[in-house]
Amino acid sequence: MADIELLPHNVPSQSELPELVEELTTLNLGPTHPATHGIFQNVLKMDGEKIVSGEQTIGYIHRAFEKIAERRPFYQITTLTDRMNYCSSPINNMGWHMTVEKLLGIEVPKRAQYIRVLMMELARITDHIICNSILGVDTGAFTGFLYVMQKREEVYEIYEEVCGARLTTNMGRVGGMERDLSSTAIRKIKEFIKSFPPVLRELEKLLNRNRIFMDRTINVGPISQERALSYGFTGPNLRAAGIDYDVRVMNPYSSYEDFDFEVPIGQNGDTFDRYMVRNEEMWQSLKIVEQAINNLPEGPYYADAPEFYLPPKQEVYKNMEALIYHFKIVMGEIDAPAGEVYHAVEGGNGELGFYLISDGGRAPYRLHFRRPSFIYYQAYPEMCKGSSLSDAILTMSSMNVIAGELDA
Amino acid sequence: MKEVKIVGAPDGHSGAGFFATSLDQAIGLARSYSLWPLPFATSCCGIEFMATMGAHYDISRFGSERPSFSPRQADLLMVMGTIAKKMAPVVKQVYLQMAEPRWVMAVGACASSGGIFDTYSVLQGIDRIIPVDVYVPGCPPRPEQIIDGLMQIQYLAQNESLRRRNTDEYQELLTSYNIQ
Amino acid sequence: MLTNQEVAEGLLEKFGDQVFGFEEPYGLLTLSTTREDILPLMEFLKDHKTWQVIFLTDLTGVQYPDNKGQEFVVVYHLHSFVHNFRIRIKVALSEADLHIPTATGLFASANWMERETYDFFGILFDGHPNLRRILNIEEMDYFPMRKEYPMEDATREDKIDALFGR
Repeated sequence: MADIELLPHNVPSQSELPELVEELTTLNLGPTHPATHGIFQNVLKMDGEKIVSGEQTIGYIHRAFEKIAERRPFYQITTLTDRMNYCSSPINNMGWHMTVEKLLGIEVPKRAQYIRVLMMELARITDHIICNSILGVDTGAFTGFLYVMQKREEVYEIYEEVCGARLTTNMGRVGGMERDLSSTAIRKIKEFIKSFPPVLRELEKLLNRNRIFMDRTINVGPISQERALSYGFTGPNLRAAGIDYDVRVMNPYSSYEDFDFEVPIGQNGDTFDRYMVRNEEMWQSLKIVEQAINNLPEGPYYADAPEFYLPPKQEVYKNMEALIYHFKIVMGEIDAPAGEVYHAVEGGNGELGFYLISDGGRAPYRLHFRRPSFIYYQAYPEMCKGSSLSDAILTMSSMNVIAGELDA
Repeated sequence: MKEVKIVGAPDGHSGAGFFATSLDQAIGLARSYSLWPLPFATSCCGIEFMATMGAHYDISRFGSERPSFSPRQADLLMVMGTIAKKMAPVVKQVYLQMAEPRWVMAVGACASSGGIFDTYSVLQGIDRIIPVDVYVPGCPPRPEQIIDGLMQIQYLAQNESLRRRNTDEYQELLTSYNIQ
Repeated sequence: MLTNQEVAEGLLEKFGDQVFGFEEPYGLLTLSTTREDILPLMEFLKDHKTWQVIFLTDLTGVQYPDNKGQEFVVVYHLHSFVHNFRIRIKVALSEADLHIPTATGLFASANWMERETYDFFGILFDGHPNLRRILNIEEMDYFPMRKEYPMEDATREDKIDALFGR
């Protein structure tokens, strides 16, 4: 074969080349983008594939929860908390009930506390299921998502059995639960405890030691302990950075001190650690659910506080006193004591706080929600600085920012 | 083996080796069983849509196999969740980017009417900015309801005249929303 | 275990009568200070060798329209993980002069919380790097969480007050 001679006449010499102008690209990610899992906008300055800086815009589903809360009696605010972190609404509901109970000084019986723990831990499982399986989807593994979504349906069936709703549960009442666990609910929970581990193990097999998944997530979007604390991280994201702060352990509420569970922590605060912490938390939650259902105490499922807890409907029809209380509660004629309460629970994403100021009226004077997503999401530009765009998507999805909670 | 049901042919004339029907019906049939939805999920209802998309309820059975995240290739805009006033221009823009024929489904109380959020920051129903074909009630609606809404859209797609989008009535509707 | 008593005494010793209004509602140490002292106070708590109150849990505003001269209160919740000790600090501001120094230098998380407080109440955090509205649309010309503004959407015509209790 003859040598092919390259013809030089078309190639400009180095000096003739036009000078390269370097400039940053502005990339608009969101507010509606399939990879953002929610409605937030990021305007990113990109140097090629690398992110130089980012600016966030949020508030796209701001619904004025705090303003509404000032106009609603205490028991109607539960519906608002549902819609805050809708992946784990029972935790929000119970957190709110406990805040009001703290204000009113109601002691809830053990059985109600255990049922609450049960529901809260199931909610935590559904929350983490979504976060972890969607993280899988973002790395290109759709299968795991389909597996675990089936299990989430089973948890929703349990919710339906306990309170009648699937997603926005409005579960329980101030002073306990609105009904006892039915035998079907108990059966379904026991079935879930048996049938969930194989599915979770399957998800683990798909992702945990998966080469592609590990390469995509390890050292992606890391945050140091100091920065995480400064940015107000809580929950799994803080624990992934290596700080074992868990409200359930630090300030036990609803009898969490009775349960034996561990608080998993990570080391690097990167996407992989966040994934692993959530993964392990699901096992721990399952352990708590198992303990709660096996040691479920006998007794009443609501507190003896007739001024605040709606009487059973049969009583209302037969009993004069019950009718009066029913009327007074529904018409919102019972005033709460004046006071100032801060109560925090461990939500799906971290410390979910309720700062309630009551002036003695039927509605809160001021109610402020400490929403974990809102506080830690501001660290996002710092976390994805210098990483590529595809990694930034994973960082966001592993932070589990829930738009409803973010914007309130 | 279970018998697989397939969609019946529309009314028409058939003989040896041919089948004739009106173009309207043939196209309606094709459109209705291959709707590409654009899931515009903002909040809680979006999570229920996830369940609808999952294996348990499986919206793919109705021909909506491919959620189209680009408005250009979508037939059906499913607005799921609260639309705040800050978000309203975005919804409208997404709608404008869609090609005809396009259908809009308002999933959930918030998208339909603002729901429980009668507040200064929430748009009181998306029908204030774009025309809506089907409203799905519920807060959030169950996946079955979302599927029912999709079936209603299919019904609309099947029975719509091909010329509907050119009629004066339709143009008037769009003009009332300031859409040219 | 750090007690409320211990911290209250320590703060009184350091800040004298610049900290006042000590209370313990539901066991949480609550105190007030002035806006000149809020930053030194938080810095003192944060840098304290043993207390280590390093975590800003929450920052928000409250409005008391009838409390003349102190219509607005900014409330800080701080938390010490080491001692599991929480403290609430309040700073009262008058409506005519809604300025308070920003805490973003101490806690990065204060950034958005202050923006939110500004968005809702119009409290101005001096020195804040980016004090803009965060949740509401930027064109909004009032501060919606103030008591005098209505909650409802003004464009609704189908909801009658008598039926919907608006």
